Amino acid sequence: MLKTTALNAAHRTLGAKMVDFSGWEMPLAYGSQIEEHHRVRRDVGMFDVSHMLVIDLQGEGSRAFLRWLLANNVDRLQLPGKAMYSCMLNEQGGVLDDLIVYFMAEDWFRVVVNAGTAEKDLAWMMRQRDAHAPGVVIEPRRDLAIIAVQGPNARERVWLAKPELRAATESLKPFQAAQVDEWFVGRTGYTGEDGFEIILPAAHAEDFWWLLYRLGVNPAGLGARDTLRLEAGMNLYGQDMDETTTPLESGLAWTVDLKSPRDFVGKAALEEQRPRRNLYGLILLDPGVLRSHQRVLTAHGEGETTSGSFAPTLNRSIAFARLPIEVQVGDLVQVAVRDKLLSAKVVKYPFVRNGRSLID
Amino acid sequence: MTIPSDLRYTKTHEWARREADGTVTVGITHHAQDLLGDMVYVENPAVGRKVAAGEECAVVESVKAASDVYAPVAGEVVAVNEEVAASPERINKDPYGAWMFRLRPVDPGEFDRLLDAQAYQAVVESEAH
Repeated sequence: MLKTTALNAAHRTLGAKMVDFSGWEMPLAYGSQIEEHHRVRRDVGMFDVSHMLVIDLQGEGSRAFLRWLLANNVDRLQLPGKAMYSCMLNEQGGVLDDLIVYFMAEDWFRVVVNAGTAEKDLAWMMRQRDAHAPGVVIEPRRDLAIIAVQGPNARERVWLAKPELRAATESLKPFQAAQVDEWFVGRTGYTGEDGFEIILPAAHAEDFWWLLYRLGVNPAGLGARDTLRLEAGMNLYGQDMDETTTPLESGLAWTVDLKSPRDFVGKAALEEQRPRRNLYGLILLDPGVLRSHQRVLTAHGEGETTSGSFAPTLNRSIAFARLPIEVQVGDLVQVAVRDKLLSAKVVKYPFVRNGRSLID
Repeated sequence: MTIPSDLRYTKTHEWARREADGTVTVGITHHAQDLLGDMVYVENPAVGRKVAAGEECAVVESVKAASDVYAPVAGEVVAVNEEVAASPERINKDPYGAWMFRLRPVDPGEFDRLLDAQAYQAVVESEAH
């Protein structure tokens, strides 16, 4: 039996093609996923991401607990409302999950984790809490829904739909959030565009969704979400990194703080690791489409694509690939696609940001 | 009309049409394009290639996935549709107009043994359950 979000009926009414995503019945696309992608880049689109789990941490020891739990340094969050991306590691430095943590008050941090790892994450956090911060209360919030409104016109459209949000959210910078009554609005997302992720009581989700819809905000599914995040150079947990890879092998060294004296889960393993491979961007030069788990041949040995797709904004195929660290941006490599070897170029990612190609 | 009655079909979701000159035109069905979603790449066989019935001879790729296209009948590839290779989205817009390749069959009778519209409808329905 698949789990459903508060917006399941709305997706069906809109004719979405529904798929099983980590045990949740979620919309893949409502029509053309390429059109949904372009609308987010050029105007605005909305996503139901209520399958992700909101976890509230309460209690005075919350900051100290997160200092230990996360690979990124929670002390970077000093201004209430500020958010940060981080990995949560096991003792071997493998990635248990990636998440966003919001600092709202010294006794209230909010964490949003992936759907597929949510139960495992909760169990891990409780185990770490019991051992290191028994006073912290960990509260999973399945009573909340999450709607991401993304695109250059996203914020204006949200304010049009719910004017009372404007005053508190107009001055938010990227990676900042504000709480307005029962609504939580973060200027964050997974598309490479401006916009908000809005966490609201599940009971209000459907009304808000249809209100946005009537204001011309078209729904976008997980298909468009995947091509948008790939173009934006954002990792997908379970595909680009997992428990068997460290952040240092996953293009996420920038999210790990090894400089401060604080200790955290996985730190010792990371300090000992001499990574032999890392994540690179690829652009396919030949016709075709790159996919995950394709063999990549380089002058320095073999690697493998971790995510690959057609990139609608670039009208060509792109991928992330885990390759030997001797590989340089600009190198030409070959990717095994079925019975052929196709040429690809190693590039820096993100590929696209704020509607514009960063390639060539 | 998502399964035209004047065409023949395969269990692997190709459609086939017999032309006046005896050649067989091949594409993928409405159901196939609907399952795959937005098409972005088509790889057609080389003209002159001889294929067996059921042999993989072309590939269509959507944003979501790659899928083999099989020869409905044995024969020689006599033409491919370059327009569809240049604009794969035509398969989504008009799956029965956007043909992919044309075969000169070894055995003209093989076409008649392909699924008719009713039998193909049953295949589609059985997959939905």
